[in-house]
Amino acid sequence: MKYITKKNLLRLTEELSSVYRVLAPVAQGGTVTFRRFHPGMTLDMHSRMAAVSAKMATLPQTESLLLVQRVEENKKPELTETLPQGKTLVMGARPCDARGKLLLDPVFITEKIRDQHFIHRRENSIFITLACDQPETTCFCHSVGSGPADTAGSDILLTLVGEGYVAQAISDQGQEIVTHSFFEDAQDRGQQAQAKHGHALELMGQAHDYSSAPAKILERFDDMDFWEVQSAKCISCGACTYMCPTCYCFNITDNDLGLTSQRIRTWDNCMSHTFTLEASGHNPRPTKAHRLKNRVGHKFSYYPDLYGGIMACCGCGRCIKQCPTGVDIRQIVNAAQEYAQ
Amino acid sequence: MNMNPYLPEMATIVETIQETHNIKTFRVVLNNEERMKNFTFRPGQVGQLSVFGVGESTFVINSSPTRMEYLQFSVMRVGEVTSKLHQLQPGDHIGVRAPLGNSFPIEALQGKNIVFIGGGIGMAPLRTLFVYMLDNRTSYKNITLLYGARSPADLTYKAELPEWISRKDVQTVLTIDNPAEGWEHQVGLIPNVLLDIAPKPKDTFAITCGPPIMIKFTLQALKKLGFEDENIITTLEKRMKCGVGICGRCNIGTKYVCLDGPVFTYAQLKELPSEL
Repeated sequence: MKYITKKNLLRLTEELSSVYRVLAPVAQGGTVTFRRFHPGMTLDMHSRMAAVSAKMATLPQTESLLLVQRVEENKKPELTETLPQGKTLVMGARPCDARGKLLLDPVFITEKIRDQHFIHRRENSIFITLACDQPETTCFCHSVGSGPADTAGSDILLTLVGEGYVAQAISDQGQEIVTHSFFEDAQDRGQQAQAKHGHALELMGQAHDYSSAPAKILERFDDMDFWEVQSAKCISCGACTYMCPTCYCFNITDNDLGLTSQRIRTWDNCMSHTFTLEASGHNPRPTKAHRLKNRVGHKFSYYPDLYGGIMACCGCGRCIKQCPTGVDIRQIVNAAQEYAQ
Repeated sequence: MNMNPYLPEMATIVETIQETHNIKTFRVVLNNEERMKNFTFRPGQVGQLSVFGVGESTFVINSSPTRMEYLQFSVMRVGEVTSKLHQLQPGDHIGVRAPLGNSFPIEALQGKNIVFIGGGIGMAPLRTLFVYMLDNRTSYKNITLLYGARSPADLTYKAELPEWISRKDVQTVLTIDNPAEGWEHQVGLIPNVLLDIAPKPKDTFAITCGPPIMIKFTLQALKKLGFEDENIITTLEKRMKCGVGICGRCNIGTKYVCLDGPVFTYAQLKELPSEL
């Protein structure tokens, strides 16, 4: 176990930013978001959880898939694969961010399909995660198989003790970073960190059991009255999908610049009417009730059915906190679980 | 496979056929001769066609793997990519990502009677299997093709229809919705004509594709005729982007039409949540 003071963590982040593209929580316009960190900036690790997750480290909002150069319109296009370059380090992720990252693996990396862009970012990213000591009312990571000091997906887990952090190296890459001279021996602070972990979990209260959710949600599938009630407040804005660490649905479009075009992948929003709208005008998910059903169903029924019972949710609660109309995914899943036939 | 799943292969349009006022057929050849020579697919599989600078859309490969001089796609002009595709000429280059998805169970269909029921552009995915069976005619028993469109002008593959009609080893029935001058075939909606032809369900597979409303009533007619759910096969269409089961558009519950489909039996469809 190692220990690093707050001041030295900032210095370490500055040093790392010369090797990595560092994403770190910074205060911005009354909120905290992950931003590209440059020396001279200050970290805002503690005031609150970053509004947007650290998903952009492995699945950026926009990324280039292809560059196409034509000689003339529709003639001899030359294709250049635009694979990502460089390494990314996330400083001050939360355990839910790290776990959310892991949940995308079985989708983007299968036996048949290997998403090269995702794999590159996944293999070239480091997560230095901060254990949570004060759960927010929207947090429920302990109900989806995680917890406030979950080490899954992290390379180093930091725990605030005094005016610095106890640093637990999780991966080999994390181990290498903690050999830096900024780190000192944790001494008995390691035990204090353990105690904080236990205390944080206690503060979260009783965990909810979602094990019946996959089957119960499918049972409710055709009951559109149920989904209309659940989605009544939703305004299809999609804030939930953009904030979510595990929402990965994307769009692929061509950005045309004359004889050069770029094929880009961007985050998409399954709550939007146009997401599944077909050119004929037919829409398999025509109302917000259909779309919310698919979003909740995907996370708490389809994904667990496909991948061994694990929910496609890391319990960060961002979708609840950021929803402008107060839609609470926990209440929807609970309602599906409790609903009488 | 370590290939980039989003990387299209370059292909050249070698021929276009204006089928109807808004449907055009494209015959394309992969630019890489070696790849074209070794290209394999199964009837029912789809491909993504790219018009660079505009985008990508999904179409069934409607040529048969028994005739590999070109890959054929029929495209209805309805959206951005299809409108741009319709402007392309022989010699123009497009991108192709294929083959994608599952296919018709050609082995399970061997030795069976086959009834094809196609409506409008829904004939495209049936054509690949129909031509495949004509080229392997002895492997299948009686073959019936019921193909309908709104009017004679809306029929695709007009160049091939005379041959299909004149063949003695298949029964081809054409129908249009309303009477038209000079029309010598059936008049009436596809499900009604199907009930008139009344194919026997024993040892018979029905394979159908068409607009949702036609499918709905065709399924009812097939059930009335006594067809088992397992012996009714259809092929679905959904909006797709990645084509490889990731992007989240075409799923019906846990099944992705681009990966687990587009071909499903009626029995399989009934198992899925109702989100067509």
